[in-house]
Amino acid sequence: MIQVVFWVLSAVAVAAGVAVFVVDSMARATYALAASFVAVGAALLLVGLNYVGVVTILMMIMEMAVMAVYMVMFMGMNPALMPMSMVHDTRAAISVSVAVFGLLAAGVLFVPWPGRRGAPGTDPTADLGNALMGDHMLVMMGISVVMVATIVAGIVLALHRGRYQRFGDDLRARPVDPQRGGVGR
Amino acid sequence: MTLQTVLLVAAALFSVGLYGAISQQVLVMVMMGLELMINGVILAAGAFWWFLSPTPTGQVLLLVILAAMTVEMAMGFAVATLVHRHRNSDMTDDATELAG
Repeated sequence: MIQVVFWVLSAVAVAAGVAVFVVDSMARATYALAASFVAVGAALLLVGLNYVGVVTILMMIMEMAVMAVYMVMFMGMNPALMPMSMVHDTRAAISVSVAVFGLLAAGVLFVPWPGRRGAPGTDPTADLGNALMGDHMLVMMGISVVMVATIVAGIVLALHRGRYQRFGDDLRARPVDPQRGGVGR
Repeated sequence: MTLQTVLLVAAALFSVGLYGAISQQVLVMVMMGLELMINGVILAAGAFWWFLSPTPTGQVLLLVILAAMTVEMAMGFAVATLVHRHRNSDMTDDATELAG
């Protein structure tokens, strides 16, 4: 039964992945990518990775919702929903991706993979929680710093009017604001 | 369901994503290609965890991969916003120069 479910999920994941770049509209591409991620998340659930599988599914569904909003925001309602094709150099892209798949497949098939060492715990989610709060806490602390840096970088990039727009190169000069504000204006 | 079959599926996902990342012109579609590649990496990491070493360390590695995808997502949306603001476009071809 698990075999059948795995192959169905694999077929859905790959077919939906291909559909992302085949379907006409970007809104459909968003749904296709979400379907691919849900299939991979379900495959993770099959092997007992309950927490990671559920997180993958929930995260990607939310991201696809944000992505759909971005498409409508930047491209207007019609281009995001109407058939369109915006690609370049497809022949080279296909060649590179086929070559990479061949290389990866050769590695997969010819590498003498070792056998399994150890057995999964009775509750992998609890094991993960204990690891994160114990031996692997440094990993999560490192990720926390990266996340904070990402927030700062995202705001700096997306900010409409930051300090350099207001002050120019001389940050001690008077700001150029369309309307003065603050105390004593 | 063996390690090899799961890795082959993961390689297929990675390659399809690579095709999209190279060929697409719209920034958001390029992001979709990158995410499909990470999707393949997630599947491969899950397979390694299950078939080779089902220890908590493998799950932590999966969380790191998910965090990398989150960073890619946030930075991609921020760059898309920036490019759209400066060039009034969301095409990669319009963002070939760093000068604003």
